[in-house]
Formats: sequence, structure tokens, C-alpha cells
Amino acid sequence: MPRPRSTARVRIQVHPLGDTALLAQLGSRLDTALNTRAIALAAALKKRRDVRQALAAHGTVTVQFDPDQITLDALATAIRRLATRRPPLEEPGRLHRIPVVYDGPDLEEVATELHLSRRRLVELHAAPIYRVFLVGFVPGWAYLGPLPEELVLPRRKVPRTRVPAGSVAIAGQETGIYPLESPGGWHLIGRTSVRLFLPDSDPPSLFRAGDRVKFFAATE
Amino acid sequence: MTEGFRVVEPGLLTTIQDMGRAHAVAAGVPPGGAMDRFAHAAANLLVGNHRSLATLEGTLIGPRLAAARHCLLAITGADLDPRINGAPAPTWTSLSLEEGDELSFGARRGGARAYVAVAGGFIGDRWLGSMSTNLMTARGGMHGRALIAGDVLAIGETAWEAEAGRTLAPDARPRYSEHTLFAIEGPQAGRLVSESRRDLFNAAFTVSHDSNRMGYRLQGPGLEARGEELLSFAVIAGAVQLPASGQPILLMADHQTAGGYPVVAVVVSASMPVAAQLAPGDELRIAETTLADALAMRAAQRSALDSLNS
Repeated sequence: MPRPRSTARVRIQVHPLGDTALLAQLGSRLDTALNTRAIALAAALKKRRDVRQALAAHGTVTVQFDPDQITLDALATAIRRLATRRPPLEEPGRLHRIPVVYDGPDLEEVATELHLSRRRLVELHAAPIYRVFLVGFVPGWAYLGPLPEELVLPRRKVPRTRVPAGSVAIAGQETGIYPLESPGGWHLIGRTSVRLFLPDSDPPSLFRAGDRVKFFAATE
Repeated sequence: MTEGFRVVEPGLLTTIQDMGRAHAVAAGVPPGGAMDRFAHAAANLLVGNHRSLATLEGTLIGPRLAAARHCLLAITGADLDPRINGAPAPTWTSLSLEEGDELSFGARRGGARAYVAVAGGFIGDRWLGSMSTNLMTARGGMHGRALIAGDVLAIGETAWEAEAGRTLAPDARPRYSEHTLFAIEGPQAGRLVSESRRDLFNAAFTVSHDSNRMGYRLQGPGLEARGEELLSFAVIAGAVQLPASGQPILLMADHQTAGGYPVVAVVVSASMPVAAQLAPGDELRIAETTLADALAMRAAQRSALDSLNS
């Protein structure tokens, strides 16, 4: 008799979000495999007629459903069953190469706090190929990671009320680019002229979940 | 599509709204749409429209609009003292206007957002599947902005016209004056320290003045949650987030699509129309309810709307 696959042991927690939505939590770590599973689960759920919207985040899926068609308990059972499936092999996401001028207002302070030279900080930030874990928060914003361990530090204690569009920032284990001028609590280390929010495209975002992003240092 | 109204005075914040752009959240775009979906749907149904057509959402101070042709209209939601040619006009009732008639509003008497539907629907810019105005990205509706004096509002064609005088019975309308929002514990409610959990579901909160269509900051007893920083996850309107400041935020229609703050409660769908009618300075309470009760309240609202669908 074949042994059950280890993937059948995914422990998934389902929490109600009011009466028309739920949060399915596959895990709480920043982990590419977990994110792949979350994206696959959201894609499977979107095909259901009783599901209005399913959005994967790092290791969760937020599901909006029609309570006239299915109960929360029945949907939770269906989600647990779907989550035991082996996720499909993920195609490598599109690779975006993003030029960054590393002259952010927080660069010096961040380098000091991390005990790094500015040059080393830039090398470390531009080295990995980051994964787009999710697009969300504001139009076109993407959570990219994981950051090299040497660059991990908490968010700013006092968020800025105004961060310019194009600012390249880090916080926690992640990095991102502010697509629009907005408030923000991440550390600003550089800027890019690449536009992330594309209001005349559908979807209106340059990045999609699962894409890959490589930064490189540029001069203007 | 024909010219329906000319904007004489825009009011405080009058925008074109429909049911929003739910699929755009995958790109981080707020879902948007009418804050009070019940009032929006009822206004449409009263004039014979599908409930998803675009309406005007007036905020606290309504607009002054001159009709450019005969039309059928309905005003629902907040009571902002609507008038036709200066004479008080009934709310939640279909009304016939002739060319040159003027719709205006007086003083706010209750609620925060009034909806105006016209037979055929208002026509605005369509963006990502919706005519809803998104102010942050300046897209949708009236070129992505609130109405200004001199704007011309286009309305769609109608195949038939419902009659004037159709009304939603008073007992079928939401009780906007009862500022209790029913909610279910959120996924991170367990992070609340015990006094804070008690306060969340018992204390009075005030809608702060920096509240808007994105969300309401709730002033009240400071709440405390414990635990590590969370990775961001997709959130929904009705979610009550708790930032480190201890002052909860109730997410509304134009909410940010993802957040990393603990979600300590989620206001149920049947209470969102009441939430939409709260204005800065209003006091509210969050009362814990059960899923079964939430669904019963939801069903009651739906049958009220279905009664107009004939």
C-alpha cells in the first residue's frame, strides 16, 4: 500500500472573518514553499462558484464567499481537503530587473544600525533574486523577500506621513518599492524610476505574486 | 447615454459609486464602491435599475443638482434633508423630476451618506470593471474625483420606467440611529489582553476626525495586544485592525488591501450599512454576535431588498 504523502500533513487553521469571509492560515513563517501552496490554494478556490474572491498572502488565503451557497464550516472542510493536495510545480515567475539609485534618506542610519558600510549594504540588497510574495496594501505595492539576514531590522518607530513614489525600502525580512506617494514605516534606502502601478493595464500592477525581482545599483 | 443633471453645488464630498472592483484587489487596488451597499441597492431598485448601477454618494452635506430632462430618482441612506425645488422630498421613495427641477439638500438630520439613484443609472468613467470613484488613484467615476460645480452628469438609457411613489417600508430600512455594530472575533482576537478584550466588546468608541472612506480610527480605551509582528495578509471591509497605538481602525470600502496589524474583530455584513452612516464624532459600540445571528440579520436585509425587486 502506498504511504500517504507527507504533504497530507499540512496543518491549516481556518478563522472566520465576519459572516462572509474566512482566513485560511497555512503557516506564519516567511517561506517560499508556503507561499507557493497559498497561491495554489487561492487559485483552486477561485474556481468555485460559492467563492467570490480568494487572495493569497505570505502563508494565508483570505476567502470571501457567498453564505447563501455554502456554510463557513463546509468551506473550511473543502479548504482542508484542497490543502492536502500536492501543489502543482510552480513555473518560475517572470524576472524583473530593477535599477536602484541607492541614496535613500535612511541609508546612512540603516548602515550604522546594521554595522555595515554603505557599499556592503547595497551589495547585500542587490545580491538576491527576491520573490514577490504578494501584491497588496496600496496599488502596485509588492512584498519582496526574503532579505539577507544581515539586513533584517524592525520598522521605523515613527512612520513617515509622506514617502515619495519610487522609494526602495526595507523592513523585517522584506523589501519593497512605494508605487505611489503614501505614508510609510519602512526604511528608505534608495529610489527607482520604474513604474509599478500601471493604471491603464489590467492587472494594473507590474509585479504579480510569484514573480522574481533583481535589483541592481544604478546612477540616476 | 444622455445629459441628466448639471451640478450647481457639489456638496462636501459627492462621488459616483457602484458595487466596486472586487477583482482588482489582487493588484493592491482598493475594492471601493458604495459605503452603504443596502442604501445603494435600495435606491437603484426603487427606480427600476439593477442594484449594481452607479449612484451618487453624498457625504454630510448633499449636492445641489439641476435636472436636464425628465427622470425618475430615489434618495436613500442618510437623511440629509432632501428637497425638490425647495420643498421637502421623501427618502426611500421613487420621485419624478421634470426638466429644470432642482434637487438640493439642507441640514444633516441623521446618518452620514445619502445615495441618489436615477433610472438608467449615472454614467462615469469605468476603470477595472467599475465606475466607482477612487480618490487615491484618481480613477473611475467623474474622472477620479468628487463632483465640482459645473459638472454634467450623464445617465444611461432605460427600456422602461418604474412608477413614482414606490417606497421601502420604514420597518424595512436599516436602523441607522442605533450605533451598535455587531461583530465576530477576528483571527488575532486571542492576542488581546483580557481587559482589552472586554473593552473592545463593551466600551464606547468615537469615530475620529481623520476617518474617511478608507477606514475609521476609533477613539476609546487603549487596547493592548501581545505577540510577534505578523506578516501582512489580505483584509476585508469590516475588519477591526489594532495597530501598536492601541486605537483600533475599522476598515471601510476604500481600505488598503493587505495589512500586518492584528485583526481583533470583524463587523458582520448586516452591520456595515450602519457603520457607513457614522460620521466623525459619532459614538458607537461593538457588540459580539454569533455567526447564526449575523446570517439571520443578513437574510432579513436581503428579503427587504427582494421586496423591491418586482
